Amino acid sequence: MKRAGVLALQGDFAAHADALRRAGAEPVLVREAGQLQQIDGLIIPGGESTTMLKLLHLDKLFDPLAHFAATRPVFGTCAGAILLARQVSNPAQESLAVMDIDVERNAYGRQLDSRVAEIEPEPEFRDRTAPGKLETVFIRAPVIRRTGPRTKVLARYNGDPVLVEEGRHMVATFHPELTPDARVHSLFLEKL
Amino acid sequence: MFDFKSEQFRVKVGLAEMLKGGVIMDVTNAEQAKIAEDAGASAVMALERVPADIRKEGGVARMASIAKIEEIMRTVSIPVMAKARIGHFMEARILEALGVDYIDESEVLTPADEEHHIAKTDFRIPFVCGARNLGEALRRIAEGAAMIRTKGEAGSGNIVEAVRHIRTIVKEMKQLTVLGQEELVHEAKQLQAPLELVELVAKLGKLPVPNFSAGGIATPADAALVMQLGAEAVFVGSGIFKSSDPAARANAIVQAAKNYNNPEKLLEASRALADAMTGLDIAKMERSELLQTRGW
Repeated sequence: MKRAGVLALQGDFAAHADALRRAGAEPVLVREAGQLQQIDGLIIPGGESTTMLKLLHLDKLFDPLAHFAATRPVFGTCAGAILLARQVSNPAQESLAVMDIDVERNAYGRQLDSRVAEIEPEPEFRDRTAPGKLETVFIRAPVIRRTGPRTKVLARYNGDPVLVEEGRHMVATFHPELTPDARVHSLFLEKL
Repeated sequence: MFDFKSEQFRVKVGLAEMLKGGVIMDVTNAEQAKIAEDAGASAVMALERVPADIRKEGGVARMASIAKIEEIMRTVSIPVMAKARIGHFMEARILEALGVDYIDESEVLTPADEEHHIAKTDFRIPFVCGARNLGEALRRIAEGAAMIRTKGEAGSGNIVEAVRHIRTIVKEMKQLTVLGQEELVHEAKQLQAPLELVELVAKLGKLPVPNFSAGGIATPADAALVMQLGAEAVFVGSGIFKSSDPAARANAIVQAAKNYNNPEKLLEASRALADAMTGLDIAKMERSELLQTRGW
């Protein structure tokens, strides 16, 4: 069985662990650099990106994570997407720069602007997983303002990319772990 | 009764999900908010005075001044919560108009209504409420709370009440899981909570919203203790800014909430700390001095 790690410093890592089980993988909660050797891929969950960034440094995980991403798949949701971006704005913040995307934090506004939306994913997403709309939960969500030439957009909401992959890596600005639909996690597991 | 599957409820609970495993810190100004954010707080709670000062100075404790809350919202990028008085739905409406991320209908402030809590389903903004037992937690959820925090005894620096409340709720939930349908009907009457919610807890074995802990957490060990007992995140009020070393203590409690299962890491987090806030013996306090008995 594939062993997928979930970074468990803060945030909804337990929801991701449940989603991985639904998609047929064994989750490992990652809190130390040593654990990165036991896993085939890593999810950086939703939570507060500022908080996670501080903890990555305090726990000396920042460099080991960047190193892990150089050879292994990483999937970031919401705060995780912010941490994987090349450039972060509103406010500017350091990131792992794993994906060639630029992200604006809290771009829809504060909590009052959080929402659930049903979207029609791109045909490629349906072809590689299963047909059907995608329910997307946005919580104080970021917006992907730029995607690089090697990135592929798998779903959009109001024209903005919300599910993007680049080679072995993937980011979502919404929370697939908060819905029963396991397709997004299954897609990530195929990269492991 | 409201719909658990509604978009609004899911979005409200969604933000609470993002705060799990973290520490929400009480702050009274922008400077403290910055210290909290830098120490790794997952959110800050804006209030007029920390509970220990409310206790000492007395008087009516109200919603914080708008200027202070705005200053805090401008200073940090993590979510900002603010407290409203129990039953004071107009303080809550003002906080909603201001656009804070969460409202705490809190027993720490002086209640505005001694019979009614705020009808929280009517709001687009999510609410957190305190509870000492399962009945209280379920009544708050029925009113629309999207997060529960056990009350403990705010401003006491004494963990005993927080422990009592989380243990009580966890035990009462476990008991429901083994009851039959006719027993659940009886239990709903005892708990003074809607049967629908009692049945849901019996099925899930947990609350349908995140359950955090508050009231008396002063050390990394305290935070780890309530996490071990089933809390999914912690609120720290007076424990940080009433100690002799706020920044270091804030960071140590963040580390403790994350590593509550790892005694070596907890030792490391505790090692460098100086004096914690002075605590109060709850057994020696008058009943009228308790904040936890506010709310109905």
